[in-house]
Amino acid sequence: MSQFSYGKRPWTFYALGAFFGLFVLFLYGPMIAIYILSFQGPNGGLTFPMNDVSLHWFAALFGQERTGDFAGAFVRSFILALIVFVLTVVFSLMAGLAFRKRFKGSTFLFYMAIASLIMPGLFLSLGTGILFRVLDIPTNWYSSALGAQLTWTLPFGLLIMFAVLSRFDRNVEEAGRDLGSSRQQILWHILLPILLPGLIAVALFGFTLSYDEFPRTLLTVGPSNTLPLEIWAMTTTVTSPALYSLGTLTTVISFIAIIISLGSIAIIQRRRAGKMRGQRKSANREP
Amino acid sequence: MRISRNLIPYLQVAPLALILIIFLGIPLVTVIVVSFFDYANYQVYPDFILLNYIELFQSKLTYQLYASMIKFGLIVWSLTLVIGFAVSYFLVFHVRSLLWKIAFFLVCTVPFWTSNIIRMISWIPVLGRQGLVNKSLMFLGIIDVPLDFLLFSDFAVVVAYVHLFTLFMIVALFNSMARIDPAVIEAAVDAGASRWRVITQVVIPLSKTGIALGSIFVIALVMGDFFVVKIMSGGKSASVVFAMWNEIAMLQYPSAAASSVVLMIIVTLMVAAILRIVNIRKELSG
Repeated sequence: MSQFSYGKRPWTFYALGAFFGLFVLFLYGPMIAIYILSFQGPNGGLTFPMNDVSLHWFAALFGQERTGDFAGAFVRSFILALIVFVLTVVFSLMAGLAFRKRFKGSTFLFYMAIASLIMPGLFLSLGTGILFRVLDIPTNWYSSALGAQLTWTLPFGLLIMFAVLSRFDRNVEEAGRDLGSSRQQILWHILLPILLPGLIAVALFGFTLSYDEFPRTLLTVGPSNTLPLEIWAMTTTVTSPALYSLGTLTTVISFIAIIISLGSIAIIQRRRAGKMRGQRKSANREP
Repeated sequence: MRISRNLIPYLQVAPLALILIIFLGIPLVTVIVVSFFDYANYQVYPDFILLNYIELFQSKLTYQLYASMIKFGLIVWSLTLVIGFAVSYFLVFHVRSLLWKIAFFLVCTVPFWTSNIIRMISWIPVLGRQGLVNKSLMFLGIIDVPLDFLLFSDFAVVVAYVHLFTLFMIVALFNSMARIDPAVIEAAVDAGASRWRVITQVVIPLSKTGIALGSIFVIALVMGDFFVVKIMSGGKSASVVFAMWNEIAMLQYPSAAASSVVLMIIVTLMVAAILRIVNIRKELSG
């Protein structure tokens, strides 16, 4: 009965394996269906079969009168996601480092971050919207919506930092301090290089969560929409495959962000493994 | 300039704390205050009245909305828990190569980083009358007439929720299970425990943090859902939040504020109940 680590595969392996396969099909099947359908011919409809293959519906997206200001919304969402990801990385790293020590109010702040995660998005959107109106500050995607989105991305960043820092060996930092490194040196030469893969993960969350954020942005965005709001408007007005091609386009952007992040993490880890092996080899050769 | 060591953590959390105060704390207080205001003819008047709450609790619609959301919450929670547990168990205990483990885990998480609205819409060409499921079933001769209950129904709502939120359960459970020391399981097996007993008496108790975290996410996300019920039910029913949105669109801010305060209290109570069972802070940073 030691099937947990070695030996012949038990029957549960095949049962759960099949279940996993079905789950992946469930997860990706519908998405793949709309990516294919977004290449419908000009006379094609919202369902299969494909009626010819074309880029017609992608072109239709950029015709203003058909779908609203798609290009503008896309640019805004992209810039906003970049700002959110930079702020999320910096602020979660700082907060993550602070939480390693006990400080007054740390438990309260932690539960506030959790509350921020579970709070219905529209609730916060409503509060921030009213607040800005009362203070007579105009709402805008780069001010109120930025803040509202950070209440969503920062708690995620913080939780990832907890996970990353709990595996971080503090002796390395202590060693640096004992050897006379300044605080800046410790940050740039010890902390950042070691934590880099975790920070890239935070960046990925920051970018994609902001880029796809909907309820928190809804009442804080001001006069110009972000992309998810534009997509939402389309779901109620557009009944053509243009909707699917928009889905395909935004997914491509998300995938590029995912590939860049995961790719760079993989490269860093491989280099590290290579270095370690190199060091071990030279150490072996010495005597 | 030298900064006192004791001050450093405070400076480090300052940006996070400021953002949470300005964009979470103050808006929260604002909504609570506004929920006691009066309104008429698209105007809001500062006041202190309980009318918004009284109206909310007197409306039959409120109870229907909450009953349907709690029903969806329970169904989706149990489905995501079972699916999440099976998938995580498979990844952690059955997939032996670390590389495949990571690859499969990423396969599960990638959709999380794409648009929820698009993922929800993608069920329309699959479940519709002319959709893939109906066409395949008819092609196979299993049915003669397209099934109507597949799309724009409670069924479609549950499918979309499970599709969107199972990820949260998997990530949380995978994390907990991956931390279980294999030696503990070996010991249980050596002591003669059956596979089932290992699951119920070793794996489940040791992954309770993950179960709690995943449950919090799924329940909070379903209760706070904006568009899934609206779109996937074909406009026939709405979520609590969508009803709020209708009030906001009619500029009835105080009434929307009152219903969001009630929603917040209910979600907080549900989460607090889970947190009472499992101390997440201790488990996360310990």
